[in-house]
This record gives sequence, C-alpha cells and structure tokens, in this order.
Amino acid sequence: MIHCVLHDPDDSVAVVVTEGVKAGETLTALILDEDRTIQIPCKSDIPLGHKVAMKDLAVGDTVIKYGTDIGKVIAAIKTGEHAHVQNIKTKRW
Amino acid sequence: MPIIEKDTTFWGYRRENGRVGVRNYVVILPLDDLSNAAAEAVAHNVKGAMAIPHPYGRLQFGADLDLHFATLIGAGCNPNVAAVVVIGIEDGWTQKVVDGIATTGKPVVGFGIEGHGDHETIMKASKAAREYVQHASEIQRVECPIADLWVSTKCGESDTTSGCGANPTVGDAFDKLHALGTTLVFGETSELTGGEQIVAARCANDRVRADFMKMFDRYQDMIQRNKTTDLSESQPTKGNIAGGLTTIEEKALGNIQKIGRKCTVDGVLDKAERPTHPGLWFMDSSSAAAEMVTLCAASGFVVHFFPTGQGNVIGNAIVPVIKICANPRTVRTMSEHVDVDCSGLLQRERTMDQTGDQLLEMMLRTVNGRFTAAEALGHREFVMTRLFESA
Repeated sequence: MIHCVLHDPDDSVAVVVTEGVKAGETLTALILDEDRTIQIPCKSDIPLGHKVAMKDLAVGDTVIKYGTDIGKVIAAIKTGEHAHVQNIKTKRW
Repeated sequence: MPIIEKDTTFWGYRRENGRVGVRNYVVILPLDDLSNAAAEAVAHNVKGAMAIPHPYGRLQFGADLDLHFATLIGAGCNPNVAAVVVIGIEDGWTQKVVDGIATTGKPVVGFGIEGHGDHETIMKASKAAREYVQHASEIQRVECPIADLWVSTKCGESDTTSGCGANPTVGDAFDKLHALGTTLVFGETSELTGGEQIVAARCANDRVRADFMKMFDRYQDMIQRNKTTDLSESQPTKGNIAGGLTTIEEKALGNIQKIGRKCTVDGVLDKAERPTHPGLWFMDSSSAAAEMVTLCAASGFVVHFFPTGQGNVIGNAIVPVIKICANPRTVRTMSEHVDVDCSGLLQRERTMDQTGDQLLEMMLRTVNGRFTAAEALGHREFVMTRLFESA
C-alpha cells in the first residue's frame, strides 16, 4: 500500500493518496521520479489529497514540491504533520 | 507496441476546408441573449439540430466585442459542426457571423428577428435547419491520418492527485501526440503562476518565449489591477483547497504536468485565435473550466482532455470532453463522470506510459464516435469569455 507520493526526493511535502491516514501510523511514501519507497512517521490525521511534511520546517522556510518553490511556511511544521493553508502561504499575489 | 503511430488513423468528418471533425452537429447559433428563445424553438422543431444559448452580445465594444465575434464565428467554423443557422436580433451583426463561418465553405445562413418577430423567424430558420439536418445526416465518416487531429487540454476541480496522476497522464499522451504531427493546445494563464519559467524554458525558440512571457505578464497585470485580496479563495479555489492544494504555485506546477516532458511549446495564441501549424500551442485564457474549453472549441480543437481531482462535471456544446481522474474517492463517488480512471498510477499498479496509452485508446474510441461521459449526461457548457463591461 502506497500512503503518499512525492515527486522529487528533496521535496519537503508528500501527497496522501489513500483515505483514512491517522496519526501514529508509519506511512510508505513513493518517490515518483525514482520509483522507490521510503517510510515516514505520521503525526496528524491527514485526508486524501492533503500533504504530509517530509522534514521539519520553520517559519519563513520555502516549501519544495515538484523540486520547486510552492510557497512559504507561516507556522512551524514538524515531520509527519499535516501541511496546508494553516501553515503554508503563497509568495505570489 | 505503441497505441498510436504515424500510420494510425481515425474515422472523422472531413469538411469543405479540409479540416476534420469528430462530431457532426447542426448548430442553431444565437448572436445575442435576445435570440436564445428563437434558437431554442428551432432546435425544438427540428430533431438533430442543437441550439447553443449564451447570455451576451449586446452593447459590447472594442476588444471585448472582437472576442465575442471570434468565439461565435470560431464555434461555427469548428469542424465538429456540419452546418449553422445564425439568429440575431438584427441583420448587420447576424450577417457578420454568417460571413465569418462561410469562409469554411460549410452551409450557413442567418436570420434577423427585427421586423419579423419570433414566429416568422422561427419558421424560416426551422426550414433551413431541417434542410441542414438532412444534409448532415448523409455525411459519412472517412478514414483520416492521426495528424489531422486537434486536441486541447485544461484541468478543473483539481486537487493534488491531479498533479501526481491525471495531469501527467495527459502529459504522457501529449508527448506521444506531439511526435505524430498533431495540433495541441494548453492555456490557463493564471494557473501557470509560479511555474511560468518552466513553460518559458520549454518554448521552441526565443520568439515564442517572448510571446509567451508577454501574454503571461499581461494576465498578471490584469489580476494586479483588479484584485481586492491575495486571491487566496479564488486561486486556488475553495474546491482545490478542500482537495489539498495549498498555493497557486503548487496548483500551477501540477497544471504544467499536462504538457508532458518532451514536447516543445511551438506557438502562442490569443483567446480564440486559430493555430497556423501543427505542434503544441499556448493559448492565453481564463482558468475557468467552461470558458477555457469554449475558447478551445472556438480555436478549432475537436476533442478535449480534462483531468480532474475533486470531480468536475463539465462538457461542451460541440467538443467531446474526456475526463481523466486519479483520485480513488472521486472515481468511486462520481464514476458516471469519469472516462479514464488512472488512480492505479498512485498505487504503483500502472506506469505513466500505460495510463497515457489508456487515455489515447479512449481518445481514439471517442473521436471514432463513442460518447464521453459528459455527452451521455447532456453536459453542453458554452461560456463566452468577457474582457470588460458592456457600453
């Protein structure tokens, strides 16, 4: 079972691709660009399609997905936590 | 073995001007909002005729009026359309649309309502429509080379599974189609924000790159001029955010997966403008689903790839819209809207090459005549893009 996917091995977030992911589980993450999996401890309940942090992120850090800048951290995020609009914001507009 | 190759063919309708359609509509086209009732009455009278009502066409001016005409004339010229009856409140602008469509050589006639009223107009237009439907019903599909196919793409109700699964599936199909000399288009200018340099890097040459950046900057300027907030509930949309997309940059990077990894951006189009050679085109366009698909139809594209995550239900009046989805929940809860289920990609059950082929196989079945989910469900969205207020 693949729980989440990321594009680039250095991405700071991965996308949850199954329903019912709960805090306390160990997630299997598929790195799409390399077709290999890694394990990550999950610290939040995360809905299908939402992101899990792959590393600790501090306020002001740039969030990387697709190997590219997708915004900035506005509240600290720990590895395995839910990463979304409550802690990440666009750098545009 | 590849699912499509240079010598792959499909069965289409070759029109008077040489372009190939995959549907055979007789369209009753209102010039303006006031003519919708008469157009719908004609479509009711004549089986096999289809009215395309819309809410605009009065007191528009300048570039906004030009786009109105380009959209109506482009829709009438689309090779999925066999013949057109135009109905307008007055004769002058009605004739302008008729003349634009007549350049294709297809049957087209117009009727003005003023001085006649709805009854007489509906009677005359119904007689013309009846002749056109009988004419269209005798046109046979002929075998056409794959290079004659024009394919557009735009995604909607995207979520993060779009960027990981459905959009890369379209990208894989576009890479394969591009190599075969087809004509392709993508757009959604605001949804390239954060990924514009990636698109610029994919442009075939410096001239295309400069044209692309000009269009991109023009759209950003429009947003800056009109915005009252940081757009954080418009782009991404509430639906996108519910699906897990957090920022416009993340949405854009997912969006860009639709242009694959190999194909170059070979030209740039303004809204509803027609491509002049094969290859992948960027069209400056709104990211609103029905507006963008309507612009693709007006540019002459005959089949559309529409990846969705949370489950957009869109169709189009004249272009079959093929829905692709990688979100396992949407595939389960909205199965009647999904033509291609590529959720297996995210469980490592299928490769990108396989899901790309799965889409191309569905494309061939669709262009040969199979109804898409949206067609079967009666989705006929036709939405004009407006540039500014009426006078």
